[in-house]
Amino acid sequence: MFKKDITPGAKSKVKSSAQRAIRAKVLEQYPLLEPYIDDILPKKDQLDLVKLPDRVSLYTLGSTPLFFQHMDDPLLPHLALVHKYPDCFHRLRIDRGAIRFVLSGATLMAPGLTSPGGRLPNDPEDEEGRYGKEELAPGEVVVIEAEGKENACMVGVLKMGTEEMKKAKKGQACEAGHYLGDGLWGLSLG
Amino acid sequence: MAEPTAYPKKVLYCGVCSLPPEYCEFGGTVKKCEEWLKSNHPHLHEKLYSQEALEQNLSSLSLEAQKRAEKDAQKKAAKAASAEAKAQAERASSKVLIKRIERNKRKYVTAVQGLEHFGLDIKKVAKDFGKKFATGSSVTRIPGGGEEITVQGDLSDDIYDYVIETYKDVPEDNVECVEDKKKKAAG
Ligand SMILES: [Zn+2]
Repeated sequence: MFKKDITPGAKSKVKSSAQRAIRAKVLEQYPLLEPYIDDILPKKDQLDLVKLPDRVSLYTLGSTPLFFQHMDDPLLPHLALVHKYPDCFHRLRIDRGAIRFVLSGATLMAPGLTSPGGRLPNDPEDEEGRYGKEELAPGEVVVIEAEGKENACMVGVLKMGTEEMKKAKKGQACEAGHYLGDGLWGLSLG
Repeated sequence: MAEPTAYPKKVLYCGVCSLPPEYCEFGGTVKKCEEWLKSNHPHLHEKLYSQEALEQNLSSLSLEAQKRAEKDAQKKAAKAASAEAKAQAERASSKVLIKRIERNKRKYVTAVQGLEHFGLDIKKVAKDFGKKFATGSSVTRIPGGGEEITVQGDLSDDIYDYVIETYKDVPEDNVECVEDKKKKAAG
């Protein structure tokens, strides 16, 4: 989505009614953020909308990017937000070999998740349950972590359900939405 | 379930490539990243760049994948190096123009163009000008594309001195003062 460098377009204030709607939508999509919502989207602070190319809207608080959205698709969290609240999202893990592909903006392929270094929900290797017990359907927003790394490297939308991935072990797993080092990551909102 | 760690979690980002340092190895500036981490966060440097850590990174990849990753890393490094060289060449050939523009009789504004070629944030510089000279200073778009700083008043000489003194990355030879008379033929 942001393979190229982008220049931010017009910035506008979000009306308080729209701001409430966004807050509700964030909570609906990411209920685990509930305890922190007042820190993330303080009721009194002004939320801004920055237009990005290809009909993407980015919501920011001052110079802090929070969520972005393509047209009326789901709100996706900016990676800086994911890094602050890592376990408030559905997450999967790729093996080490897949990292460099993800960081160059490639579509994530299923083998990167099904190989020994990868993790999907209900993974027998995942004793602490970090990657959840709930199988995920296509269309779900996922945060992608990486083998041997503490922080997430990508946020995207699943193209294939996790159960199907385990069976097929091939094919496109997740669309590259936003990854470390992409145009959105490098965007200067100063 | 374990008590969640205090949120928001503080994540450190690399001062060179902006990624979390554990991902620096996948960019084209690993050497610089490592130096930065070593001098700024020696503990983390020890953890990420220890012999052990490096070996462990390699052992999780097949031999073939290692080779491909190495090639990839070289390509990225070359790309980053050429981007750096290009930026340097651009800097060397870029000019900062300080224009004195007559607005009305004996009323002037000073326009400054080209500072962005020297890695400066125009908006910040405009603010600094305003503070330094206690005058109106704003960023405006140039018709042909790009942006310039417009400062109220005839300040070309002062701005010239200030730019050279404050922004060491801007060589004196690359700064030029010009006069822009209002009577330029229209059309
Ligand atoms: Zn780095």
